[in-house]
Amino acid sequence: MDEITSKLLGIVSDWDSSAFKGAYNIRENSGCAGRQNSENIKIENKQDNPGIVIRIGSGAQKETVYIPACVTHGGVNDLVYNDFYVEDGADVIIVAGCGVHSDDEEEARHNGIHRFFVGKNARVLYKEKHIGTGSGSGAKRIDPVTDLTMDENSYVEMDTLQISGVTSTNRLTTAKLGAGAKLVIRERLLTDNDETAKSDFSVTLDGEDSGVDLVSRSVAKGNSYQEYHSVIKGNCRCTGHSACDAILAGNGRVNATPELYAGNIDASLIHEAAIGKIAGEQIIKLRTLGLTEEEAEQKIIDGFLK
Amino acid sequence: MLELKDIRWKLPEGEEILKGINLTIPDGKLTVITGPNGGGKTSLAKIIAGLYDPADGKIILDGEDITEWDITKRAKGGIAYAFQQPVRFKGLTVRDLLEMSAECRLKEEKVCELLGEVGLCAREYMDREADASLSGGESKRIEIATVLARKNAKMLVFDEPEAGIDLWSFTNLIEAFQRLKNESGRSLLVISHQERIMEIADYIVVISDGKVKAEGSREVILPQLLSENGAAHKCPLGKSVKEEF
Repeated sequence: MDEITSKLLGIVSDWDSSAFKGAYNIRENSGCAGRQNSENIKIENKQDNPGIVIRIGSGAQKETVYIPACVTHGGVNDLVYNDFYVEDGADVIIVAGCGVHSDDEEEARHNGIHRFFVGKNARVLYKEKHIGTGSGSGAKRIDPVTDLTMDENSYVEMDTLQISGVTSTNRLTTAKLGAGAKLVIRERLLTDNDETAKSDFSVTLDGEDSGVDLVSRSVAKGNSYQEYHSVIKGNCRCTGHSACDAILAGNGRVNATPELYAGNIDASLIHEAAIGKIAGEQIIKLRTLGLTEEEAEQKIIDGFLK
Repeated sequence: MLELKDIRWKLPEGEEILKGINLTIPDGKLTVITGPNGGGKTSLAKIIAGLYDPADGKIILDGEDITEWDITKRAKGGIAYAFQQPVRFKGLTVRDLLEMSAECRLKEEKVCELLGEVGLCAREYMDREADASLSGGESKRIEIATVLARKNAKMLVFDEPEAGIDLWSFTNLIEAFQRLKNESGRSLLVISHQERIMEIADYIVVISDGKVKAEGSREVILPQLLSENGAAHKCPLGKSVKEEF
């Protein structure tokens, strides 16, 4: 395994090969750098496209599977299709994450297309961190596509974080929820310099008593630009909540356009949004605790994206 | 010891709020500054903490002129300040704030102790975000706890700590002030209208219309305050404090 990959894996997935005995698939520069199955989690190559199929059996209970991907140099345009089949009643933690590194002038890109088929009463915690590193002028791009199909009473929690250094990202997340299914999304995005980030959510609540709680927090620093767009469609008795909070620093810009569609009288949908710079009184409060202005700003941003 | 020498401060519009305050805050004592609303008490507290720059005058801490010190330097120099209106933070937890105040990681027991002193059950609060989901009273108590966590501070300034907190927490607060008072070398400066707080003060200063109108030991000043005629308001224990002098 490439040294850069090892370093990136540590950042995006806390990966420790010596300690982990469960299922994993490590993707490096469009190839497989390691794979292991467990009794309840089987990983195989996809037949129609590059990528893998991950089958999580109902015997998996609080079991973790790692599927991180790394690009370690420019000139790589990695496109991967990963399908997750989560059996009824399974309870799994999926640690994804992607690191893209370039020390040259060529673009390094990872585009992961993930489809989740979550069975009845199954529970999924999906953790994903993204980072761009390297001194090269080549762009570091990560463009994840996530599509969820959630069966009755299933529960999915997506915890996603873009740490830093990603030149541009175009994120698309779609979900369709069956009866009683619950989806929780916690997205955090940091952009700086001339970076751009676009995050698009479309959640359709088709099953009675389904619900989504979508919270996106972003920090746009430097000269960066972010776009947030969410659509929650409530087609039945359901609950939907979305919140988009953004902190601006420097010349950062954010365009947030939340959208709610209530297609049923019993759909209860809420949206909240707040965009602005760090409040001066927050900086002052932390300075009265002994922090410098810069330290205070960093603490506020770190906490906001935690 | 903190000395304020001829402190003057005016609003940006030009109205003079502090009109030459001369005051000495002794070490190891609890000093209460009281007086009518709008008299300049909070402005003075903010000047001490470095939030406002005086138009004139000098601030001397333990013999050193700190007038030009900024907020951070004053905090590092030993001045802790509890805001009258607590600041909310999305993302920062109560524990984060207490650890920043203490300048170290805190064990759970220590967080419990600090929050317990202001009447909060730590396990319910330590991992909560210090954001708008907290009530005004909860935020106020957490604000006070951030100052109690400043173990290296020698001058603790509380701006109307009683505002917005319930009777039970107020009683806890009084006990916390008494404990702090007994810790050697630490000075407490409390802006307050409350008789219960004045009753545990060593020294009371009355500020009105930007000037020191009276100052002295509690034994001398408090009876005068209570005997004066004028507007009074109820404190949490049903006692009243006169506001006009």
